[in-house]
Amino acid sequence: MDLKLDHHQDDRLTIVEVEGEIDVYTAPRLRELLIDLVNKGNFHLLVNMEKVDFLDSTGLGVLVGGLKRVRAHDGSLELVCTQERILKIFRITGLTKVFGIYASVDEAKEAHGRDK
Amino acid sequence: MATVELTFSALPAHVRTARLVATAIARRTGVEESLLDEVRLAVGEACSRAVEAHRVHCPGEPIRIELRDDSGRFEVTVSDLAPSDEHEQDHPVDLGTLSDSFTQGFGIAVIAGLADDVEVVPSPKGMRIRMSWPASANGQAPA
Repeated sequence: MDLKLDHHQDDRLTIVEVEGEIDVYTAPRLRELLIDLVNKGNFHLLVNMEKVDFLDSTGLGVLVGGLKRVRAHDGSLELVCTQERILKIFRITGLTKVFGIYASVDEAKEAHGRDK
Repeated sequence: MATVELTFSALPAHVRTARLVATAIARRTGVEESLLDEVRLAVGEACSRAVEAHRVHCPGEPIRIELRDDSGRFEVTVSDLAPSDEHEQDHPVDLGTLSDSFTQGFGIAVIAGLADDVEVVPSPKGMRIRMSWPASANGQAPA
């Protein structure tokens, strides 16, 4: 399955909807979207990965790159993910300590609201 | 022992094909369904790493994968021709040192975390990553 990307604004959060496979072939499109959002002043990103079928280390690298970019503006990049096969990759690489990972968009929004 | 060999040019689009082939053969060889995601990801990581290395060092050379069932093991070997001085990721994550093209060390770390048995052999003439998983003893998926 190819990669589908969409995004919308929800209060201060920009929610990025990702569907399909994030790999060495498709990850550049996600990278371009994250860079574009940051360049347009969106510094609080929530990436919804509930419809992601596949994620490899190239995709992890793009998410880390996005996190570094938003942090340069005191922003945040957090994730929504409950799929064990995706979470396992974050655990193996130790990135569960780097990203905020939530079980739902609502849970992430609530946590983000508390942190304001 | 049955072996399938696949060579592909160093293009990111072909990594998906390699993943699909590896997963299909793993299933046919009798690797448990619960392990197929790990096979898919580990083979994808090894191929992605090889593609990136070839694009830097030798874009015209093909990458080679061998898939075999061997006495109850499903074994995959990904070989590239790019000179390698990579090292396995063995230290805690420091965000400041990571870039969004940090796949090399992490790719191998992911493979090591996924495959049941991994051997990484870097050399000036290229890297060979061999990994294997348990399969059914007769090399056939359960009916």
